[in-house]
Amino acid sequence: MDDSNTPHSNNESENQKGSSRRDFLKNLGLAGVGVAAGAAALYSGHIFEAKKEVSGDQKVLLTQDGKLVQVDSLEIKALEKNGKELHETLGREGIPGRRWVMVTDLSKCRNARKCINACQGAHQLRPEQYHMNTLQMQDTPGTAPYNMPKNCQHCDNPPCVAVCPVDATYKRPDGIVLIENDRCIGCRFCMAACPYSARIFNWIEPKDAANHQGEEYNVELNVPQKLGTISKCLFSADRLREGKLPYCVEACPNSVYYFGDENEDAVTNGTTKETVRLSKLLRDNGGYQLMPELGTKPRVYYLPPKNRLFPFEEAKDATPEKV
Amino acid sequence: MTMDDNNLTFDKITSDLTHHIRINKGFMVWMGFLTVSLAVCLYAYSMQLRTGLGVAGIRDYVTWGLYLANFVFFVAASLIGMLISAVLGLIGMKWLTPITRIAETIAVAFAAVAGLIIISDMGRPERLAYVFIYARPQSPILWDVTVITTYFVLSLLLLFLPLIADMAVIHRKVASLPSWLKPVYKSLSLNFTDRPEQNKIINRSIRILLILLIPAALSIHTVTSWLFAVTSRAGWDSTVFGPYFVSGAFVAGSAAVIIAMFFFRKNYKLQDYLTDMHFNNMGKVLATVSLVYLYFNINEFLVPGYKMKRADAVHLQELFAGKDALLFWVVQLGGLVLPILFMLFRRFRKPLPIMLISIAVLIAAWFKRYIIVIPTQEHPFLPIQHVPQNFVHYSPTLIETLITIAPFILVLIIITLISKFFPVIPLHETAREKGIEHIKFD
Repeated sequence: MDDSNTPHSNNESENQKGSSRRDFLKNLGLAGVGVAAGAAALYSGHIFEAKKEVSGDQKVLLTQDGKLVQVDSLEIKALEKNGKELHETLGREGIPGRRWVMVTDLSKCRNARKCINACQGAHQLRPEQYHMNTLQMQDTPGTAPYNMPKNCQHCDNPPCVAVCPVDATYKRPDGIVLIENDRCIGCRFCMAACPYSARIFNWIEPKDAANHQGEEYNVELNVPQKLGTISKCLFSADRLREGKLPYCVEACPNSVYYFGDENEDAVTNGTTKETVRLSKLLRDNGGYQLMPELGTKPRVYYLPPKNRLFPFEEAKDATPEKV
Repeated sequence: MTMDDNNLTFDKITSDLTHHIRINKGFMVWMGFLTVSLAVCLYAYSMQLRTGLGVAGIRDYVTWGLYLANFVFFVAASLIGMLISAVLGLIGMKWLTPITRIAETIAVAFAAVAGLIIISDMGRPERLAYVFIYARPQSPILWDVTVITTYFVLSLLLLFLPLIADMAVIHRKVASLPSWLKPVYKSLSLNFTDRPEQNKIINRSIRILLILLIPAALSIHTVTSWLFAVTSRAGWDSTVFGPYFVSGAFVAGSAAVIIAMFFFRKNYKLQDYLTDMHFNNMGKVLATVSLVYLYFNINEFLVPGYKMKRADAVHLQELFAGKDALLFWVVQLGGLVLPILFMLFRRFRKPLPIMLISIAVLIAAWFKRYIIVIPTQEHPFLPIQHVPQNFVHYSPTLIETLITIAPFILVLIIITLISKFFPVIPLHETAREKGIEHIKFD
């Protein structure tokens, strides 16, 4: 290069170099910002992805309205206030689409009292407190005695619900008559109105009350039991929500109980787990209801004590003399 | 009247009817006795509040016991205000004037306390407000709360309105009145000065109240009977329960009024105002309402007893010849049939005998509520099995009995206070009926 002729060009090239360095730095800066932004985007994307991580473990669940859905196990969250939620909505709405019904086969009951024990265990009841009680019946002096398990009949025209002044006992669309002991004022009008003597009252501090103190109240299990309020059979509404049979039905060793959905016309025996047509079972065996003349429309059917499988024995009482 | 009416000056009437308005030793001793008794009963109630209704003898089968029988009795006794003042008053029976305030006092006292009894029968008394918050109009309990409150307010007004004129007299004329009470009477007299327009307003209001009182009173005891009659249980499942209860209420109330008349006449020296004629007439009233009640009793027991349907048969056999037979026949014969027979004779309608008959009738009336409420629950449709013996047969506990006595003490306190601080016999009305048209206020 000719130096004498190139001072200007030198300067120019210096200028060019300088400007290109500035551009470079400027570009570098831009790129840096871009990379940082990209990285930030990637990072936040990563967080987002991490959040919806899939475990691959798919669970099949039954929704409240009776539909089967598939959900990833990581997406299943326990309701924070399960008891309260049940209490406020589910406990009153019931299980949609269902009409629960029970059939008790009197020819099979030998008064084993396993149903009673299972029920009393689940509902924190004392030995003399019955949601389910097996009675020794004899309709007239000339007819044969038989054992009759008797629980709340979950009437479709329930006299107890009619007289309750505070809506503490109520009829659900799925047929169950429930009692909310957070609201019960203890007037016992429902006990007076019930022709089946199905209701009990917590006259004294409930069993093991100290152990259950502070537990969230579950209206579908009616525990913890509360002093000064009513209790009664709930058709094990908590078990039905889990798709299981009631405590008593499952505990019976003698195939006495069938339980199911009237809408499906199907009932399942708690001992044999055999599912049969409700209408056929009632038709073939002469199914009947207790005191239908009172117009209470019970949801419990009985099959007559015909061809009894066990001899009738006088029952021995295990209840205390005085409570 | 035994006394020459011409000699009866307004001042004489005033002093006769108000001389008892002073705080004396007898009053203090009596109130002290009532207060101590009430304190004992309230202590029993505090034990029930702490440990629950289990301190009473009621259990899962007999779930309504003494408390509810007592409630029915109190509602019944309160009905007398309506019979004396409204029914007999509106048809123009002049001889009733000196008895109206006694009847109204009994009505107010029993109606006020009836509401408290129901609280003592609640498993969760702290949830009383739920009855209004979650009110279900389908439940007869809500009807009962509504009509008893209405009846109490009407009765209180009916007690107060005739008192306005009396208080205007008392705060001016009664020297024995404690000085701190004078301004109270003065303000309660609402500046009454016996002007015609004032009397017109008061008389018209009383007349409206009397008319309103009839449906309200019929409602309270009819609805109370429905607490039982709306169930399908043998002994309660009855279509005549409404009139059966109402007529029984008049029996209890008339007896209570006669007893009160006797004691006021003696203690407050009112022989010139509550005469033999008044006892004779009240005896006739008691005999009449007892006959009506007997008629409903025959219907209530003879008709199901003739058919003997299975559940009714068990119930009636226990009443007629079983466990409850002694109580049943003593109450039916001693509290209803025999008193009617005695009262047919004039000599048994003299003050002392009619008072003694009334005591028998009133005690029987209480046990009658026991017979209505408890035995039915001992015979439900399905057998009572696998439960402790005390679930099968009801027997009241000591604590329960004390809590049942408390309302009686409260009623006595209320009646004592009202009769002590106000004329037992309406002063202004009595004066007017004696021809003293206007009271002179200086």
